Amino acid sequence: MNPFALLQADSVAEASAAAKDVRLSVLKAGGMDLLDLMKEGIAEPTQLVNLRTVRDPALRTIEAGRIGALATLADIARSDAVRASAPVIAKCAASAATPQVRNVATAGGNLLQRPRCWYFRNEQFNCLKKGGSTCYAVDGENRYHAVFGPGPCHIVHPSNLAVALLACDGVVSLAGGERATLPIAKLFHMPDRGIRDESNLEPGEVITSIAYSPAPVSGFFVVKERQSFDWPLTMAAVALKLDGRRIASARVCAGAVAPVPWSLPLVEKALQGVALDDEAALRAACAKSIDGAEPMRDNAYKLKLLPVAIRRAIADAAGAKEGQ
Amino acid sequence: MTPSQHDPVPPRTHGSDAVPGTPADRSAVGPRGVSRRSFISTLGASGAAAALGGQAEARLAAPIEDGPVVLGPEPVEVALTINGRAVKTKLDPATTLLDALRLNLQMTGSKEVCDRGSCGGCSVLVDGRLVASCMMLALDAVGHDITTIEGLAQGDTLDPIQEAFVRYDAFQCGFCTPGMIMACKALLNETPKPTMEQIRKGLSGNICRCGAYTNVFSAVLEASDQAVPVDQPVPADHTDGGGA
Ligand SMILES: Cc1cc2nc3c(=O)[nH]c(=O)nc-3n(C[C@H](O)[C@H](O)[C@H](O)COP(=O)(O)OP(=O)(O)OC[C@H]3O[C@@H](n4cnc5c(N)ncnc54)[C@H](O)[C@@H]3O)c2cc1C
Ligand code: SF4
Ligand code: FES
Ligand code: FES
Repeated sequence: MNPFALLQADSVAEASAAAKDVRLSVLKAGGMDLLDLMKEGIAEPTQLVNLRTVRDPALRTIEAGRIGALATLADIARSDAVRASAPVIAKCAASAATPQVRNVATAGGNLLQRPRCWYFRNEQFNCLKKGGSTCYAVDGENRYHAVFGPGPCHIVHPSNLAVALLACDGVVSLAGGERATLPIAKLFHMPDRGIRDESNLEPGEVITSIAYSPAPVSGFFVVKERQSFDWPLTMAAVALKLDGRRIASARVCAGAVAPVPWSLPLVEKALQGVALDDEAALRAACAKSIDGAEPMRDNAYKLKLLPVAIRRAIADAAGAKEGQ
Repeated sequence: MTPSQHDPVPPRTHGSDAVPGTPADRSAVGPRGVSRRSFISTLGASGAAAALGGQAEARLAAPIEDGPVVLGPEPVEVALTINGRAVKTKLDPATTLLDALRLNLQMTGSKEVCDRGSCGGCSVLVDGRLVASCMMLALDAVGHDITTIEGLAQGDTLDPIQEAFVRYDAFQCGFCTPGMIMACKALLNETPKPTMEQIRKGLSGNICRCGAYTNVFSAVLEASDQAVPVDQPVPADHTDGGGA
């Protein structure tokens, strides 16, 4: 890592003021992603602004419907409030990474971690995202890349948590900028709207917490290459509103398939009014998830995984209902 | 092992067109002589200060001036609480907890393997929670209780989980072992009688390239006073001199 100074922020205001000058400073929460980028020589900030030293308890508080930005993935996974109000969020946090990572990685940092594209993460490839002229994934090794989106960059969004939060209509609370809130659905942009970064936050804007709508009947399913720990190949998060045994309305989101956490309105619409035991109708609705997909050379397998992941997430949600 | 998204594929090139990638303008190297309060006082001068945590400590020692506390980039003196003892050292902010342990303090029990948070070889406990010390800044550990593999045995008496590792031959080359034992320790602290599923999950961040997992699982079962299933390895002292 390059040498840097560490500003031990006392308050969110202090952190925000220090992080406004992006040429100099970058915010650090758990530091999991930042240290990774710095060790690879991808990021070389001269000053880290430490959010961990801000002692405001609100930043770490978890309650039904709101998660402090500095709450760790482990805190979220074991929170009774989250498990009851939105099982999809707790399960999603529990399924990410390893115990060592979950104990340190924060909610805010998880949302804003940089993509895992191996060309991006390798200092030697000066790809489009880093200011170069080529996306190496187009003709290269693209089995873990996106199946949706026009490019020109084909990353999949790396945050597990973002997918579950999107399914629960998550909204981030912000400090230090013009806006007080921003829906998760508007937190990220597609690469054709700016290729160098993924989030729509302005310099100095700090996420203080994330609110979500209660989704007691919600579920999650992730497909990984190895079961111990791995990044998702494809994941699905669903939040259902039931009318007896029928789906009154559904939120359906997918991860690891597109450069942003991916909403699936066609599936949501098709699920409306479907009975939980109408297997044919459920499958037909899930099959709509791949409409408009444009797989790359090596990742068409994701089009087989996605409808299955959604079907199983629905089953998981229905199971959460039974458990109540 | 099947290729995974963690593997360093594609191979690194060594072309002359190598350009250090910089995400957006965030990482552009800024001026070194940044406008900041230079912080020269000794940190962690007293045990009381150490107990208050990094920032409180920094505040106690800081010159009375307005503006945020900025440490480094030059080395600063810090006190870390390791295995119950306050230990002083001097390090720059870019020092990881693992490097502080191994290089500054010659505590080489915690191993550096991947240096990216993905193998568990460097696992230590911070306030009882399992962390990868290679991915934590040493300065973030100031004011917290750090437990390393060196802190488990009481004199010549091994911790029960260490004892069980010996009895069940829960290692081959032994390189993953300190981290693996710390992960077991964290698991048992949080879940005194873990199920096999909980054991697998609790140890999922620790990679053993020798594949001693089943013996490790047996050791955890024994250390938590649970029956070891018959298809699991038997204790080493019941075998005919061979490892499992
Ligand atoms: C072995 C391994 C496996 C992993 N597997 C998974 C996985 O399966 N799924 C998954 O989702 N992730 C996974 N991760 C990634 C990990 O979850 C993230 O690196 C972590 O969540 C980042 O959080 P942090 O607090 O450490 O962020 P930091 O590294 O501190 O920060 C990341 C970014 O967010 C910004 N930031 C942080 N907090 C705020 C805030 N409050 N306001 C504004 N900006 C902020 C920082 O400026 C920085 O740009 C894995 C990581 C490792 C090492
Ligand atoms: S997918 Fe994006 S990050 Fe990856 S090589 Fe292409 S441009 Fe770079
Ligand atoms: S060396 Fe720290 S996790 Fe591998
Ligand atoms: S015993 Fe050799 S790596 Fe685990």
